[in-house]
Amino acid sequence: MSLKLTLHTSPDVPLEAPCLNPDTLAGMTADIVAAQKVMHGNQAASVGDFFKVAGKANGTLELEGDLSRVKYIGAGMQSGILNVTGNVGQHLGAGMSGGDIRVDGDAGDWVAPEMRGGRVTITGNAGHLVGGAPRGSAIGMLGGEIIIHGNVRNETGHAMRNGLIAVGGTSGDFTGVNMLAGTIIVLGDMGNRSGAGMQRGSIVSMNPAEMLPTFTHACVYRPEFLRLLLLHIRSAGLPVNDDHIEGAYDRWCGDVVEVNRGEILLLNGA
Amino acid sequence: MNIGNTDIVDTFAEAFSMVGTRIIITAETDAWAMAAARAMTGFATSVIGCKCEAGIEKTLAADETPDRRPGVSVLLFTMDKKSIGTRLVERIGQCVMTCPTTACFNGLSAPDSVVVGGQLRYFGDGFQMSKVINSNRLWRIPVMDGEFLVDESFSITTAVGGGNLLLIGHDRAGTLAAAEQTTAAMRIIDDIILPFPDGVVRSGSKVGSKYKSLIASTNDAYCPTLRAVSKQSALPESAQCVLEIVIDGLTEDAVKQAMQTGMKAAAAAGILQISAGNYGGSLGQYKINLKDLVN
Repeated sequence: MSLKLTLHTSPDVPLEAPCLNPDTLAGMTADIVAAQKVMHGNQAASVGDFFKVAGKANGTLELEGDLSRVKYIGAGMQSGILNVTGNVGQHLGAGMSGGDIRVDGDAGDWVAPEMRGGRVTITGNAGHLVGGAPRGSAIGMLGGEIIIHGNVRNETGHAMRNGLIAVGGTSGDFTGVNMLAGTIIVLGDMGNRSGAGMQRGSIVSMNPAEMLPTFTHACVYRPEFLRLLLLHIRSAGLPVNDDHIEGAYDRWCGDVVEVNRGEILLLNGA
Repeated sequence: MNIGNTDIVDTFAEAFSMVGTRIIITAETDAWAMAAARAMTGFATSVIGCKCEAGIEKTLAADETPDRRPGVSVLLFTMDKKSIGTRLVERIGQCVMTCPTTACFNGLSAPDSVVVGGQLRYFGDGFQMSKVINSNRLWRIPVMDGEFLVDESFSITTAVGGGNLLLIGHDRAGTLAAAEQTTAAMRIIDDIILPFPDGVVRSGSKVGSKYKSLIASTNDAYCPTLRAVSKQSALPESAQCVLEIVIDGLTEDAVKQAMQTGMKAAAAAGILQISAGNYGGSLGQYKINLKDLVN
C-alpha cells in the first residue's frame, strides 16, 4: 500500500509543504509523516494538522483534496511517483530533478520552476509562469517535461533553458518570453507577444498567431524533429492528430533584439 | 550427413568477433530511404578492403520507424569500437545526410555507443540546433531541402562476422539459382546481413598468399579451374561451381539461425553439397558446426 494523505482541514492561508514528496517521506510510518513540519502562513504546523495519513511510503505518494492553497508540493523531488487528486497550489515540483508528478485537477502559478528533470502532468489548467524562472532568477526550467492537458496563463516557459512544455489547450500572453532554449508546444491558440526576447529554442503552435515585428518569416517546411516531439506528447495523452504530424509549418526566426536563433513554428493551414 | 539429396560436409564456419550497430534511415518515400541505404551500404562487402561490412537488414513500414515515415534498417560492422564511429560518421555524413528528405536514427539498444550526430552537427556551421526528446538528443542540421535530423549517438554491441556457407553445385546456372533462393530465405531473419553483392560472393578467400603484401588470396581449394592444379582441392568430381554466402549478425544465434535457414533452402534448391569456410579454427572466436545446424 502506498502512502496516502487526505486533506481534512483546509488551510486558511497558504500552506508551504515541500516535505510532501516521495523522497522526503521515504520509509516513514504514518505517525512520523504526520509529525513532519509545514508552514501555515508564518506559523509552524505539522502535516497531521491538515492531512489524515494512511499507509506507508513505498515510492508512491497519493494526495487527495483541494490543495489549491498548498504550495511547494513535490519540491526537490528526485524520484518516485506523486499522484494528486484535486487542485494544487503554487510552485508544484519546484526544483525537481526526477520522478513523476501527476495532478488530476488544476495547478497554480509557477508549475515546476527551476525543474531539472522528471515529468509533471496536469490534467486540468495551470496558472502563470509554467516552468518559468522565479522572480529574481534569470533561468527557468533546465530539463524535464511539463504536460498540461488544459490551458495555461501568461509567461509560460519564461526564461526556460531546456526541457519540454506541452499544452493541450491555449496559452496566455508572452509564451516563451526571454526563453534561452528548450521547446514549448501549444496545441491551441497562443496569446500575444509569443517569443518576446527569446534567444534560442522552439515555440510551436497549431493555430495562427500574431508575430512580433522582431521575428522574420523563413520558410514553410515539414520539420522531422517535430514529428518525433508530437508523437511523444501524443503518447502522453495530448490530442495530437495526424494533420499536426504530417503538416507543414511556417518557420519564424527571432527575436532579433536578442541573438535571433529562436524559432516559432506555426502549422500552415494553407 | 545429408539434407535430402544434399551432402553436408562435416566442417565448421569460422566466424569472428566484430562490433555492430543498426541504423534506421527514414525518408519522405520508401524509394528515397532505400536510395540512402544503398549508398550507405555500397563498397562495404568486407573489412579486408572496405574497412567495414554493411548491408540492408530490412525495409520498415512507416508505423515501425521513429518518425512514422517509410524506412530502411541497415547493419554495419567493423573490427573495433573506434573504427565503427569513424565509419558511421563517414557513411551517414556522405550517403544519408546528402540524400533528399532523409533522417537517421539509432536502431539499437545497448549500453555502449559512439557519437555520430554530435560530430556531423558541425556541418551546420553554427546554425545547427539540438533537441532532447524522451531523454535522447538529436541534431537538426540545416540543409537545402529543410533539415537533416540525426541521433547524437548510436549504440554499438559485440557482434559476429564471417558466418558462411559454401554452396557447391553441378553447374554455374544451377548454383546461382540456388544461391538466389538461399539468400531470399535468409533475408527473412532479423539481426543479420549478407554483405556481398545481393548476398553472394564468388571470390572466396583463404588467409595469406604467395605474395607477401597480401593478407588474403583466392580460395584455390574451391576453384573448379584449379581442381587439377591445387594441392588442396576440396571439390567433388561433379562440382563445377561454388558460391559463398557470408553472414554478419548482431548475435551468434542470429548467424546460426540464418545459416540453418540457408542450408535448408539450398538443399531444397537441389544444391550438390554444402560446406563452410574456416582457417583451421585458429583465427576466429566462433566455430559454427554445420552438423549442429542440420537438426
